[in-house]
Formats: sequence, structure tokens, C-alpha cells
Amino acid sequence: MDFAFSEEQEMLRRSARDFLAKECSSKVVRKLMEGPDAYDPTLWRKIADLGWTALGIPEEYGGVGTFLDLVVVFEEAGRALLPGPFFATMGLAVPVLIEAGSEAQKKEVLGAIAQGSARATLAFTEPSGRWDAGAVTLTATPNAGGWQLNGVKLFVPDAEAADYIVVAARTRGKGEEGISLFLVKGRLKGMTVTSLKTLDMTRRWSEVRFDGVKLEADSLLGPADKAWPHLKRALDWATAALCAEMIGGTQKVLETSTEYAKARHQFGKPIGIYQAVSHKLADMLVLSESGRSATYYAAWAVDADAPDRSLAASMAKAYVSDAYRKVAGDGIQVHGGIGFTWEHDMHLYFKRAKSSEVTLGDATYHRELVAQSLDL
Amino acid sequence: MDFELSETEKAFRDEVRAWLKANKPPANGADEGQKGFIESRRAWQKKLYDAGYVGITWPKEYGGRGAGFMEQLIVNDEMILAQAPDPINVIGLGMGGPVVISHGTEEQKKRYLAPLLSAEEIWCQGFSEPNAGSDLSGLQTRAEDKGDHYLVNGQKVWTTLAHVAKWCMLVTRERKEANPRDGLTYLIVDMQSPGIEVRPLVQITGDAEFNEIFFKDVKVPKSQILGEAGNGWAVAMTTLLHERGTLGMALATRAQITAAELAEHARNLGRGSDPLVRQKVAQYTIEARALQLNGYRAVTAVKRSGIPGPEGSILKLMWSELNQRMTETAVDMAGPAGQVGDGDGWVYQFLRSRANTIEAGSSEVLRNILAERVLGLPRSR
Repeated sequence: MDFAFSEEQEMLRRSARDFLAKECSSKVVRKLMEGPDAYDPTLWRKIADLGWTALGIPEEYGGVGTFLDLVVVFEEAGRALLPGPFFATMGLAVPVLIEAGSEAQKKEVLGAIAQGSARATLAFTEPSGRWDAGAVTLTATPNAGGWQLNGVKLFVPDAEAADYIVVAARTRGKGEEGISLFLVKGRLKGMTVTSLKTLDMTRRWSEVRFDGVKLEADSLLGPADKAWPHLKRALDWATAALCAEMIGGTQKVLETSTEYAKARHQFGKPIGIYQAVSHKLADMLVLSESGRSATYYAAWAVDADAPDRSLAASMAKAYVSDAYRKVAGDGIQVHGGIGFTWEHDMHLYFKRAKSSEVTLGDATYHRELVAQSLDL
Repeated sequence: MDFELSETEKAFRDEVRAWLKANKPPANGADEGQKGFIESRRAWQKKLYDAGYVGITWPKEYGGRGAGFMEQLIVNDEMILAQAPDPINVIGLGMGGPVVISHGTEEQKKRYLAPLLSAEEIWCQGFSEPNAGSDLSGLQTRAEDKGDHYLVNGQKVWTTLAHVAKWCMLVTRERKEANPRDGLTYLIVDMQSPGIEVRPLVQITGDAEFNEIFFKDVKVPKSQILGEAGNGWAVAMTTLLHERGTLGMALATRAQITAAELAEHARNLGRGSDPLVRQKVAQYTIEARALQLNGYRAVTAVKRSGIPGPEGSILKLMWSELNQRMTETAVDMAGPAGQVGDGDGWVYQFLRSRANTIEAGSSEVLRNILAERVLGLPRSR
């Protein structure tokens, strides 16, 4: 057993941290979050040139490295609050394509993503906001040798910047039976993408509406009616990736708050000397470290395709959802008034924690999945 | 990153599993009593020792197995799986042995380690005093230099196993210094020495699991010093690092067992349809797993650096607070019936868990350690 990243992965981490400190500073994050779609083609090109958009993609489609390598980058991306479609593309769309795509689809889309010439996302949730199979109600019906899509996808991450949208649709039945996936390229007739005003400005959500959108037969991604097992496996990847981002943010909040507690003086002493403050920081450390352990294990389980990969992902998401929100909230408290200002970065993390909390299922949802695994 | 066992490790796991299946003693009877409990656990440790399953990481020449942390983890995990009882010499195995290995002379290692492993000699820990709990440096038990020996006078408290122990790890004050951490001397004291009196202390569970020890003009030969005279603080800190590190791993595995037992309790009571119960039991299961994974990460770090770091404090802090919540939920799930009789064994555990956040470093002290030594915040004292 060896529960640590390799020397090469630690090097990747250092280079990612240095790059993001320079290219994705708080100033850049703020500029992007106030822009129309938080997507910066120049930054994306640089990221692609570093090879990040190829990580975890199989070599035959132009990829390089493993999912664990990608996890290292996600952790750093979360630490820097990297805005734009990196998570939507590499965390959500790529695993679905790997799990369910045909040779032709993988060659085209994974190849383009790996090269840095395309971005993608997954349209799963609907107005219910749920992440279970039963929540998929957008319909796809056979039409003139192809398909026709009708329905609404809501809270779709970074859809505005996506060249490809993978859509989870219902082709019959209910629950896990009758779910099919479709690959939608560009903006088709009858399709409207509307950006939502979101609490977390660094991660865009959109409404994607399909009103009789016609698709060719070859847009079906994976088996008709029986795509759920593939999608479920892709969601394990997505969940571990999101947890890595979240733990990167958690760590950053902990470090910033600790430094502040050392520097800020009140009553003639650094506030970190007072146990009301230092014990809060100690608790933040426990949450951060435990969330990290749960996340790294989930990442390994996905990478190694361990039998407990879904359970490990649920455990990590349940723990980290609560941990990031708590740590970010306490981070504001440790900073006092300055932590509540727009100028300070603490609110950006607090907001990212909240949006990540509900993405891919909140703690309550994942605890219920864990309870089911205990035969409760 | 790799969680798979190697072929050699798998073979070792299978060997331990088969041995435990063939040799595990029956569960302790409720009427076994204190004395029966001690003797059955002592016999169990001897059996484990003869098979080579205690002192896994200790050097071979002193009776250990000379193996690595992985083998220790495998044995821990298999002991849990088999629901095997703990060996009797918990204090000696977790702290006494490791500290002798770190600070002892060759002669001391030869003398103490093998009988500790075989449970022939039980160890206890004489650190806390009525006026020195979390602030260990405030201890007042005196060791007066009498040339070839010390004369020890004072009192220790909360001493687990003192009534059956052969040796006590005793921290004494030899000299008063400006810094209270200086001038301490760490002794290994024979509990059969004249002048030692052990009195049982009854706990909130109604049991007398620990004791007070009174020292009146107890002669301790200077050959019993561990480390250097006057440098007892460093030796005591090594002891506590092991307490929170090595013991931390054992606690991580225990948390997993308790969480599994709690889930079983919920199923037996038919409480599985209650969404709040489902959420709580799942949350504890997740925390117990996170605790274990923290331990695995710490083990990987120890493999690289050799000694347990202050991160071990995280394990103990998490376990103690988690254990209190788990045992309380177990009692609560049964309603009033949970407080009648032994409540399916949970009443004892519920009460006993209140000590978890006090013993072996209170949660307050552990948070100080994390704040100061891991986060580098200024010292509050």
C-alpha cells in the first residue's frame, strides 16, 4: 500500500500551482467571473499546451497520463478557483465519452478536447435538481431514422462555452431503465441556452431547452435505453474530480485563514494565540485532512476501477460537501469584517463551496446512498 | 498511489486469517469478572506472541517480528475482521515498548521487551497526577538523588492496569528548573517495590478500570532511568507521540467496528426506515472510514520519515468525538429501553466514551497540538 502521489505527480502539482498563481490570479478570476461566460480562449490554449486537457484520456485518442494525474490538476484548479469549462469538460463530459462513446465519437470529440480545440459539458439535471436516474425526464423519441429531443435541462455547468453537450434523456420506462445519452454538437434548431444568475459567479450554470430538437441517428452515445450503468461510472469519475477541486479550495481557505490568524493582532497579540480561534482552525484542519483522505481514496478507486468505486465516491462527496462549506464559512469568521467584503477572496471560496455542494448530489443524497450500502 | 496488497502481503494476510480462525478465544462472558478478564486477555496475548503476531514492527533480536507497518496494518485489519479481543498489555505495546526501543540502552531492550510482548510482564503509565493533567510539566512526584538510587515520593492517578502491572513508566521531578520541562527524570519502576500502594478508582461505568498509585520512599535503582536523568520530558513526548500515532491506528480500526455494530444495532431494532437514523449511521460510517484513511496516509508518511508525526493527534481527536456520537446514537435509537439493563451492551460503551475525550490527551490539548505544531500558530501558554 502506498497512499501518496508519486514524485512525478508532485512535480505536476508544483508546476500547476505555479502556472495558476501566475495565469489565474484572483484578479483574473474576478475579471472572468464578471464576463459573459467565464471562458477565456487564451487561458484555455495555455492549459491545453500544458497537456491538462489530455489528462486521463486514453492515448489512442490523443490523451496522456491517468485519472490520478488529472485529479492533481483538479485540486490545483479548485485552489485557484479556475473559472470556465475545465471541470465541465474534463470532469463531466470526458468520462461519459470514455465510458459510452463509439470509436468514431471518441476519436472526434476526445481527440478535439485533448488537443484543446473543443470544450464540452454534461446536461443531466432538470428543474428537480436531482442526480438520481429517476430525475431524467427530458424525452428522446425516434424520429425519421434519428431522434427528437423535448424537455428542459437546468443547472448545466458551463453550457455557454461548450462545443459539445452530452444530454441524458429518457427513451422509455422510468428509473435506471430507459435512459439514453446523446451527443449534441453546436447549437441546433429548437435549442436555447440561457445563462443563469448564479450565487457562485466562478462557475456558470445554464438552462438548456430542447423544443423538438432533431438529431441524427449517430448522435446516440452508448446503448439506447441502457446507458445508466455507463453514466453511473462516469459520475464516479466526475464526483471524485469535483471532490479534488473542493479539497483544493478547502486547503487554500485553511492556509489563508491560518496566515491571517498569525498576522492579525488584537489585544496586543496575534489572534491565533486565542484558543477560540486556534481551535476553530484545528477543526478546519481535521475537516480538510479527512476530506483529502476520502477524496484521494475515491480518486484511486476510480482510477483502479476498484469494486467500491461508487461507494468511495459517495463517501468522499458526502464528507467534502459538508467540510468545504464549513471551512469556508469559518474562514470568513476568522477573518472578521474583512472576510465579509467583496474585495477579499474569502466569499469566492464560500460561494464555490455552496455550488459544489449541490453539484453531483449533496451530502444528504450521498449519505443515503451509503446507508443503502449498509442494508439499512 | 496503490491500495492493493502485494503477493507476499496477501500470503501473510491469509496466514493471519487462518490462524485467527483456528485460535481465536471465545467471546468474554459477562460473568468473567475483572480477574478472569485479565487472565484470559493475558493468555490470549501469550498465544499471539507465540505465533509471532505481537510486536510486528519491533526488532527480531528483542522478540519482535522485525516486519513493516504493512504487516502491522494487516494484523490489525484481520483482528477486526475476526472480532478478536485486544491483548492485555495495551499500554506496554502502544507506548512502553516503542519508548524503550527509542530511548533504552541495549541492556534495557534485552531486559524489558520480550516479557512485555509475551504478557509475562504488564506495563502501566505513571504520567498524570491530581495537579498535573493536561499540563504534564506541573508534575510533583519527586525523585531524590541518593547516589546509586532515587527515593521516589508522590502520587499518580488514572493509571490503567496499575493493579496488575509489573512495570510503571514513571515521570518524576528530579530538580526544579526555571523551565518546568527541564529537570524531569523518566524511570521504569518495579510495581512490586516496597512503598507502592495501588488503590482502585471507580469510574462512572461502575467499574474500576484504573487506579491511583501512591509512592512513599520508594527506592528505584539508577539503572532504571530511561534516557538521561533530567531529560525525561523528551522521553515522555516520544511516549505520547506513540500513544497518539500507533494507538491512533488501532482506534481507527476500532471506529470501523463500532460503526458496523451500530448499523447492525439499527437493523436489529428495525430503525432502518427512519431517515434521520439512516443519515446518522451513514455519516458515522463515512467518518470512521475517513479516520482510517487518515491513518493510512499517516502510515505512508511514517514509512518515509520513520517516526509518527503530530498528525496522529488528528486520529485520536476524531475517534474520541466520533465514538461519543456513535454510542449515544446507539442508546438513543432504542428509546427508554436503551437505558435499561445493559442496553445490548451499549450503555457501558456510551458511559465509557465520555473518558475518550479526556484520556491520552484531552481534545483541548490535541487541538492545541494541531494548531501549534501542524498549523504553526503561536503558543497559547
